Amino acid sequence: MDRFISRLLFLAACSSTAILALIALFIFMEGAPILFRSGFGHFLAGRTWAPLEGQFGILPFILGSLWVTAGSLLLGVPLGVACATYLAVFAPPRSALILKPAIELLAGIPSVVYGFLGVLWLAPLIRTHLGGPGLSILGASCVLAIMILPTIVSVSIDALQAVPRSYREGSLALGATEWQTTRRVVLRAARSGILAGVILGMGRAVGETMAVIMISGNATHIPGSILDSVRTLTANIAIEMGYAVGDHRRALFATGVVLFFFIMILNTAALRVARRKF
Amino acid sequence: MRTTLPRGLLILTALCLSGCSRSAQNLVTLAGSTAFQPFAEKLAEVYLTTHPDAQVNVQGGGSAVGIQAALSGAADVGMADLLDLPPEASSLTSTAVAKDGIAIIVNPGNPVSSLTADEARSIFSGKTASWKEVGGHDATVRIISREEGSGTRRSFDALVLGGDKLASGALFENSNGTVREAVASDPEAISYLSIGLVNERVKAVAFGGIAPSNRNVKNGTYSLSRPVFFLTKGEPSPAARAFIDFVLSPVGQGILEKEGLIAVKE
Repeated sequence: MDRFISRLLFLAACSSTAILALIALFIFMEGAPILFRSGFGHFLAGRTWAPLEGQFGILPFILGSLWVTAGSLLLGVPLGVACATYLAVFAPPRSALILKPAIELLAGIPSVVYGFLGVLWLAPLIRTHLGGPGLSILGASCVLAIMILPTIVSVSIDALQAVPRSYREGSLALGATEWQTTRRVVLRAARSGILAGVILGMGRAVGETMAVIMISGNATHIPGSILDSVRTLTANIAIEMGYAVGDHRRALFATGVVLFFFIMILNTAALRVARRKF
Repeated sequence: MRTTLPRGLLILTALCLSGCSRSAQNLVTLAGSTAFQPFAEKLAEVYLTTHPDAQVNVQGGGSAVGIQAALSGAADVGMADLLDLPPEASSLTSTAVAKDGIAIIVNPGNPVSSLTADEARSIFSGKTASWKEVGGHDATVRIISREEGSGTRRSFDALVLGGDKLASGALFENSNGTVREAVASDPEAISYLSIGLVNERVKAVAFGGIAPSNRNVKNGTYSLSRPVFFLTKGEPSPAARAFIDFVLSPVGQGILEKEGLIAVKE
């Protein structure tokens, strides 16, 4: 019986890996031919996306993904880490009891709702006060920053709470203030855990599609400033997939291949960091 | 390997449906244009009240999928809203069942209310950068277009841009609804939309001095319009034939008129 159960579990473990392998195989089979045919240089460094005319340059979208992700991290990480520090170290139990579930609730809001809020409220705000189309890198970054907040906060709280009490007590006993202890001891000790949270959040930001389509404007040029409209890799696939046939469709799969590597690199980094003990 | 995913899905759905149905020969499957899909569903709804033993299955996917589905036989009827059918569709029998006008829209706060064909072409190709040049405020023109592959986009590019390219800084929205929302909230935006979907949140501008309306499309004075085609491979099945005849009948055409499209037959 034991062996049977263990076989069954082994099979279950294999199946998830097999699904991943099949997805990878499928994307590669659909996307690789055009990557090789039109050349990696043309694809990765090309600046013009005109799929119906055989121009498949996705450099603007790679840069778009990078910009939007970087922007969301720039806004979301300080906020998220500050929030987690307060909740894990300073907050009286009662306020933590309200704040923590409230932040986690953010994760439950569908991304289309974030996108909708972004279009109706944030984009006009940016347009009137800062100029540009409003549907922009800045707008997408703000919305994504809020979306990745729950991930960063909850992982960081776990990391901060995992720091042994003795570290804190030792530091306080040596005469350090509460803030000095938090900054120099607790945060430093929880560094790798917090970093893992940030990288998980980054993965979410790269993969987010719906909200980004709605608020980034989806222009196919290389953005000149953070107020410019931009298109990300995920948005490019989602917007055009419904209509694409032939080479256009294969080019979208090739975009998926690029995205696949993008995310794989991020995940590998996340695992590396998470495994490193403090 | 040539079988694409949407086609594969269509085949699967078709197989399922034909497997389940009691009388497969009464089933008509339509697939294609997302712009025409709601109208096709409405038509099917009315058709079924008078033909209780028939089955009509309407699927979306886009005009390109409509052509592919008709070619592969995954759908009895492919729907495509394109000005010119691409060469791969030349082996299909095409029947125009309706016409749909395209209106150029701007924000209601924009003083510009009329554009000539040259002005429109110059704006959408990016040569006119400021609204001032066409009689508006001193503000940058923000072009919003549809995604590559959309039937509305292809028709609009052919009708307005001719050989010119769309401005490189154009923004893209992937449905009529989001286009309308984007223009409604941006005082400097310009885009285009099916005439039937224009509402009070946006302002439709006259093109070449003619106001965009179904009546003007019908009498031929307003030139921005595209036909909606039903595509069939060879001779359609009796069930499909009956449905197409219904769509072209006064009742069917009346439904399309009432829903905001333009009839091709009186």
